[in-house]
Amino acid sequence: MGRKQQSLGKEVVSLLKNNAASYMMYFALVVIMLVFQIWTGGKFFTAQNISNLFNQAAYVAVLAIGMTLILILKHIDLSCGYVAGLSGAVAAILMEKMGINVWISMLIVLLMGLAIGFYQGVLVTKVGIPAFITTLAGMFIFRGLLTRSLASSGTIIVTDETFKAMCQGYIPDIPGNSSGIHMVTMFIAVVAAVIVVVFQAKSRMNKKKYGFPVVSLPIFIAGLITVSAVIIFAAWMLAINNGIPISALIVGGILAIYAFILSKTKLGRHIYGIGGNDQAAELSGVDVKKVTLFAFCSMSVLAAVAGFLYTSRLSSATPTAGLAFEMDAIASSYIGGTAVSGGVGKVTNAIIGTFVIMSLTNGMNLMMIDISYQYIVKGIIFVIAVAFDVKSRKK
Amino acid sequence: MSISPAVLRSQYQYGGRREEPSMSEEYILEMRNITKEFPNIKALSDVNFKVRRGEIHCLVGENGAGKSTLMKVLSGVWKYGTYTGDIVYEGEIQKFRGIADSEAKGIAIIYQELALFPELSVYENIYFGHEITDKGAIDWNETIVNSQKYLKKVRLNIDPSVKVKTLNTGKQQLVEIAKALSKNCKLLIFDEPTSSLNEDDSQNLLNLMRELKSQGITCIMISHKLREITAIADTITVLRDGSTICSLDAKTDDISEANIIKNMVGRTIDDIYPKRLEKNITDVVFEVRNLSAEDRATGRQILKNISFNVRKGEIIGLQGLMGAGRTECALAVFGNPYKYKITSGEIWMGDRRVNFRNPKQAIKNGLAYVSEDRKGNGLVLIQDIKYNITLANLDELLNGVAIDENKEVGVANKYKKEINIKAPTVAQKVNTLSGGNQQKVQISKWLFARPKVLILDEPTRGIDVGAKYEIYTIMNRLVKEGMSIIMISSELPEVLGMSDRLYVMSEGQITGELSIEEATEEKVMKMAINS
Repeated sequence: MGRKQQSLGKEVVSLLKNNAASYMMYFALVVIMLVFQIWTGGKFFTAQNISNLFNQAAYVAVLAIGMTLILILKHIDLSCGYVAGLSGAVAAILMEKMGINVWISMLIVLLMGLAIGFYQGVLVTKVGIPAFITTLAGMFIFRGLLTRSLASSGTIIVTDETFKAMCQGYIPDIPGNSSGIHMVTMFIAVVAAVIVVVFQAKSRMNKKKYGFPVVSLPIFIAGLITVSAVIIFAAWMLAINNGIPISALIVGGILAIYAFILSKTKLGRHIYGIGGNDQAAELSGVDVKKVTLFAFCSMSVLAAVAGFLYTSRLSSATPTAGLAFEMDAIASSYIGGTAVSGGVGKVTNAIIGTFVIMSLTNGMNLMMIDISYQYIVKGIIFVIAVAFDVKSRKK
Repeated sequence: MSISPAVLRSQYQYGGRREEPSMSEEYILEMRNITKEFPNIKALSDVNFKVRRGEIHCLVGENGAGKSTLMKVLSGVWKYGTYTGDIVYEGEIQKFRGIADSEAKGIAIIYQELALFPELSVYENIYFGHEITDKGAIDWNETIVNSQKYLKKVRLNIDPSVKVKTLNTGKQQLVEIAKALSKNCKLLIFDEPTSSLNEDDSQNLLNLMRELKSQGITCIMISHKLREITAIADTITVLRDGSTICSLDAKTDDISEANIIKNMVGRTIDDIYPKRLEKNITDVVFEVRNLSAEDRATGRQILKNISFNVRKGEIIGLQGLMGAGRTECALAVFGNPYKYKITSGEIWMGDRRVNFRNPKQAIKNGLAYVSEDRKGNGLVLIQDIKYNITLANLDELLNGVAIDENKEVGVANKYKKEINIKAPTVAQKVNTLSGGNQQKVQISKWLFARPKVLILDEPTRGIDVGAKYEIYTIMNRLVKEGMSIIMISSELPEVLGMSDRLYVMSEGQITGELSIEEATEEKVMKMAINS
């Protein structure tokens, strides 16, 4: 390569300058967490609260993953909140009122989600109604359906243990472990850290092989150590409580699938292509309508999953479930660096965005701050994050 | 105004051919020792650029030579303080802090991409931003009357109340010029004004420039079209690599195309169109028979009974004026993505009749379409080179369901080398490349789709002489390897220089077929204008 080694200090400065927006969310997350740790007198980083944060964030994370695809495609889904709410309600009715097996109930609701996504996707792609309008209409419709479905029964208490475990349970530990530390959790964390290190190292080696720009070795290693430390620390916090929540496992699984789709498959390439330039994508043989339809279907199915998680955590389905979920999901995705002009975005970063938003919620709840102030604070953080992103993209 | 030592020095440096009168008399604009640096790159270094009052001054140079940057400095896009050197306009040093400042002094730029509001009427567009008001309310009657006056000046005979979107590009450009005139502009800058115009409209525009000149308006024109430049310019300034190479006076200097090109590229190009030594043209591989199509929205017939064919190893030219239906014809056969209503016609690939429902099927069957509008619908600009090159043929990279990234990079590197894409690596974002290199990426993408028939729509529009030559060479190599090429181009010399056979289109119809031996510019133009 042409230019040789710049000094480490210079590299750090230029990295920070050129990636201000993407580092911003990590920075924001750390600051928010530390501030709450101080303001709450150390209540934030407790084993119980971290576990709680995972369960609280799970449904938003799932929505944010689906929303990221939609936003990359330059669409939006305002209805996903009430689709989630409705899904939770229908699942509860099927299980509690009609006595249908939990797995079959969930399958039915997932299919319902698919149907909803298909309906909205067809309106957007075939009929040509803008997604904003289609899903705004959906917001009305599904809110109405949610209220209607619970009109006779009111809030339904969910008693099914399997269903409740989704967002209240933890993965099992080795039988007979009495150390107070959840061994399976620590084991998974170590394996995860190793996988991250190996994958990153391989990717860096590949990039070097092709002469693509890479960060210098000390910075690369520092980054790996930081990531590994965060994983181990988070796992430790969970391990001294009850271990990894099942919700985190569900989110992790969905995240892995979607990250793979976006970065490694044809479908992912096509999504970025449509978002970047839909006409060029179409002329390159991309079936724009089919891909868009997929994104809407995936969004609503994920909304159904989010509905399960939310209902599971509360052990009940209520008519108010779903209110403003979409706002948290959209904010998460944008804070996670999805471009407002489309074509750019990562689901992994959307999860970071979710943690920013949900740490705010969690922290402010710990401080017993009124919900009205919570909205204001979230709004301000959101708009600052997007401002940073827009600014840095202009360069 | 007293002449400062700096002025004297720069005039001396600039050639000092003869005694200069006080500059405010003869020169409307003098840009002195302009240097503009971007991170890692010096876009302009010590550029001097002098424009006489009331002349047509052409600014030429390859892409990346600094023409646009220079004009951005002049118009205040790059504001005072971000560059070094002086802009002396109307005898005063100007410190423009934005376009508004330069406009206030009578400098206007007509951009390649027009900046009109399609949904607003012509008169609303002309007075947008400097509305005529009466006690705070817009005086629409006055606006319309005045608009008519300026439309007349640009010889545009239309109702000022029609929406701009109903006008073709040529007319829209005239509206833009009327807008500039309505702001009392004294110095009008045209950035590639004829690049999206047909021959007729181009000629029209050049005539208008002459007329404006006679009314005392100074014009600067940036252009790649040397024929137009030599026809119209009073002075030609050549930039290369951010420096002024020379300034040629049409009356006294050699302004032949050859001399201009020599100065632009720093070498002489003996033959702009590389010759194919051996031709091996065999069977018909692609044929369109009696294709007719309508625009669904307007019901206008866009293609009437189109028939043409191309043989293996052959380059056919599809010539015609802008709006003749050439691009529409290409898109109609390439899977019809814009959903024209096809009323009749057959498409044959060899002896197989085909019916493509979308571009995907067309690609699968060996058709490729290199778009005329690489930024608009050709490339995903925010993605990198390798992404764009592989987009139309990801199947070939699949390993199970996952894309094999090693293969991807391998493919991209192969084309980068073969097609000579100038970029540090294939991970470079496409929007950072020059026009010529973007075009090479687009061509690479379609070559990787492994077509039998390659449709090139305006393959050299807006790219510099050097890159053009490379693209011609690539075309020759491809047909030698057995590919068939359909080249759509508005540049007559290019079509005549490259094709083996050509079809001429006019108003949606094929008006003639000529072998290259019998084709002359006159014959082709006659067919193109005929309706």
